[in-house]
Amino acid sequence: MAMNNGNNGRPHKVIGKPFRKVDARAKCNGQTRFADDISLPRMLYCKLLRSPVPHALIKRIDTTRARQLPGVVAVITGSDLPIPYGILPVSQDEHALCIDKVRMIGDPVAAIAAVDEDTAFEAMDLIEVEYERLKTISTIEEGVYVDEPRIHEYGDGGNIHKRVSLEFGDVDEGFAEADHVREDVFFYEGNTHLPLEQHAAVAHFDADNKLTLWSATQTPHYVHRALAKVLGLPAAHIRVIATPNGGGFGGKSDPFNHEVVVAKLAMMTGRPVKITLTREEVFYCHRGRHPVLMWVKTGVKRDGAITAMHFRTFLDGGAYGSYGVASTFYTGALQTVTYNVPRYKFEGVRVFTNKPPCGPKRGHGTPQPRFALEAHLDKIAEEIGISPVDIRRRHLAPAFSVTANYLRIGSMGLGACIDKIIEASDWQNKFRRLPYGKGVGFACSSYLCGAGLPIYWNNMPHSGVQLRLDRQGGVCVLCGSTDIGQGSDSILAYIVAEVLGIDPFDIRVVTADTDLTPVDLGSYSSRVTLMTGNAALQAAERARELLTIAVAEKLNVPIENIAFAERRAFDVENPEVGVSFAEAVVLAESKFGTIGTVGSYTPPRSPGKFKGAGVGPSPAYSYSAAVVEVGVDPETGIVTVERCWIAHDIGQSINPVLVMGQVEGSVYMGLGEALMEEMTYRANRNVVHKFPSMLEYKSPTTLEMCDVKTFLIEDPDPNGPFGAKEVGQGPLLPVPPAVVNAIYDAVGVRIDEVPATPEKVLAALRAKQQGKDARFGPKSIPEIEWPAPLKVPTPAEGGDGKELPRLAVHVKD
Amino acid sequence: MPKAKKQKAHVRLTINREEVEVAFAPHKTLLEVLREDLALTGTKHGCELGECGVCTVLVDGQPVLSCLMLGLDAEGRAVTTIEGMAEGNELHPLQETFADLGAAQCGYCTPGFLLTAQELLEKNPSPSRAEIQEALSGNLCRCTGYIKIYEAVELAAARMRGEQAEPAKEIIYGYE
Repeated sequence: MAMNNGNNGRPHKVIGKPFRKVDARAKCNGQTRFADDISLPRMLYCKLLRSPVPHALIKRIDTTRARQLPGVVAVITGSDLPIPYGILPVSQDEHALCIDKVRMIGDPVAAIAAVDEDTAFEAMDLIEVEYERLKTISTIEEGVYVDEPRIHEYGDGGNIHKRVSLEFGDVDEGFAEADHVREDVFFYEGNTHLPLEQHAAVAHFDADNKLTLWSATQTPHYVHRALAKVLGLPAAHIRVIATPNGGGFGGKSDPFNHEVVVAKLAMMTGRPVKITLTREEVFYCHRGRHPVLMWVKTGVKRDGAITAMHFRTFLDGGAYGSYGVASTFYTGALQTVTYNVPRYKFEGVRVFTNKPPCGPKRGHGTPQPRFALEAHLDKIAEEIGISPVDIRRRHLAPAFSVTANYLRIGSMGLGACIDKIIEASDWQNKFRRLPYGKGVGFACSSYLCGAGLPIYWNNMPHSGVQLRLDRQGGVCVLCGSTDIGQGSDSILAYIVAEVLGIDPFDIRVVTADTDLTPVDLGSYSSRVTLMTGNAALQAAERARELLTIAVAEKLNVPIENIAFAERRAFDVENPEVGVSFAEAVVLAESKFGTIGTVGSYTPPRSPGKFKGAGVGPSPAYSYSAAVVEVGVDPETGIVTVERCWIAHDIGQSINPVLVMGQVEGSVYMGLGEALMEEMTYRANRNVVHKFPSMLEYKSPTTLEMCDVKTFLIEDPDPNGPFGAKEVGQGPLLPVPPAVVNAIYDAVGVRIDEVPATPEKVLAALRAKQQGKDARFGPKSIPEIEWPAPLKVPTPAEGGDGKELPRLAVHVKD
Repeated sequence: MPKAKKQKAHVRLTINREEVEVAFAPHKTLLEVLREDLALTGTKHGCELGECGVCTVLVDGQPVLSCLMLGLDAEGRAVTTIEGMAEGNELHPLQETFADLGAAQCGYCTPGFLLTAQELLEKNPSPSRAEIQEALSGNLCRCTGYIKIYEAVELAAARMRGEQAEPAKEIIYGYE
């Protein structure tokens, strides 16, 4: 049938408007039920006994005395859960409880279920564990150079987890064409999500022999799969319900040992079992920002046009794989989507160390190389005598183009972002013109709107939505997505309300329940607005189609005349002729039977076909640009960020007030990473975490947070619902490099390592005074044998996205 | 079963304007008593070490970290939790502006911020931005960057002073 768009050219009623979130009221009156708020009759409490040593064989574990303690109902160890799991199919390297070896302080070795938490605590002291210590691997250098003992028995040799090498076009040829070539080395310290909600989970094995797990997880679908594997239950007998996350930022995206353990204990005891981690335990869960050592070499023409770039990254992965293989590829993926990079080579290596595992934190693998790239470009611009704005603005990657590494760029509002903040910040009158101790810095960035490929290989949609309309005019949206505070539940309601011409608060939203809702892959990679939004749009349009047919028939007007707004369906030519929305549903239900529709979304296929092309492709890319103004006290080295101007290309705001909140929150988190946040360990003292508490792990309070002036650029992307792109992660990226670029403008020293703590600033100022290199940062990278790169001709060279065949090489004896 | 030494303490106090009598193990913190013995789970916890401000409640009108106060010490005191902030179904002006301006993202720190802000506005109806920052400096928020929280406090303060205040356009849409 000929379908109309429901709006008939009239402006949006919901999209782009500052509606409240559908759950805002509950979040402001204490009614939102987080995982630890759940309490069930006969519920037991679980505690995990964790390793106090960083690397050891478990020689003996005796739980006899703990089992005898009154109030203890069950005690389990690694042998009760022998099947390994992990978020990526290629890294199934975790056990819920360690079996014969511990790999970090905090690795769990036994679990207790008891009638109350105090009893479980007491029982922990009664478990005897004998460890045989092994040498620890605690740094990137040790991970690269020390082969034995191996932390894991898999990977690319010794303690190297993953090694990748890709070359797009001939970079040597590119460097030869350059007028100027520069190399730099940078380091980005690891840091953690620090969600205010400690992880918690409740498991219950029902009378019908089915398992339910409530958990603070961003990825209920992946937890569901992991539980089925480890527990040996049919997946159809497991229900995972993600509770509203009290902050995620990527830290609740892996299946966790505590989730598996409470599920197992619930199965064994026939009683509900709850676990809530302590703040210290949350630091051991980690999965946060990888520490990354980076080397970058770029060739440019006199005008700043890049001729070639070569990037090397060294990731400190910690004790397990987690998302690490993807993280490694991400440290080399998105360098090409901001400025034109015609030839590009990337080499990356991830090592295992005896520390909590790193994984995806807001920006997943891209803030580190973005920091390096943007500080590096600042240095190049100064050397060739052009402004840091021009070197970027004049050489932007074109909209609707394919990069050298086969990422398909859609709408591209970076130029507009740059123009906004350069003008608003009065950059031209500040850059290199402020008094000593004051400075401005500038940087740009880009981020994905959803990973183009799922974590496990399949051809199914990444997001599904079901819509149920009832004859009272009620609409229920069901989707597997997980609201972690970003407002994803509300996005579903806004989009359905727009299409059906009703109020978002007329809609019931049911999400994140593997029994009730169609699969959505989870709240990661900034995928949710774009993917669930498109699925919701399709489901709503299909529902509107049914309603349109029934209403047109009733009103005896052509189908294309029917519009939906203000809870009515009516004839656009005679707006008073129409029916209420509820009547429209009754007409449709009378004609077609019960009204339910589905929608789903699968990202477009990526043009890259080479091995490793799975990381980086996305349906769309968001863009950000930021200027920060800092004060640097040369006496103390303290850096104060006073103001930040940031522009973000959102495509189209579904709700501007939520977009603003994501931008401001990203600036905040980027500021913490730039100035103070670090996950660091005492390498010479057992690799113990320096500060697993919120007091000592420094994060910005109200007193450190800067003033933020936000500009939203709306450059709609054809792949986004209503043109929308992401905002949850991208705006973090330009902040750390803008801060170090501003420090240089203020006091003339380069801080090539974040966080830019007062100690580092003072060391650089001292070096400058002594006539040495006026910088603080790493001086070199480890020497490592890189595998021969996979060579992929670029699109400009006529490449088809595939790698060149490797030549057979005869090795002489 | 758990040891006999766990004799329960009986405490009488006022919670959200209601007289309450509750029995609990004497080592329990006010936070634990509220959440576990009184089912008032609106009060959250982020560290249980007095570091994050998430568990803030009002005790006799003053913001207190409930994870650092023994339940026993609440005897005879008046405690306000997030569940007591609205009047019936009518939200407090701060709750309204937090909801409207996106000052609650994940919502986990929100109860602590709301109660701290309520106490601030009771003693200072027209706080400056710097005074708001100072008053809220003991509460951590990882989502918002605090800015929407300041704006919500300022808007609620204006409305509580009787002004017909609306949020500035740049708060909602950004600068032009």
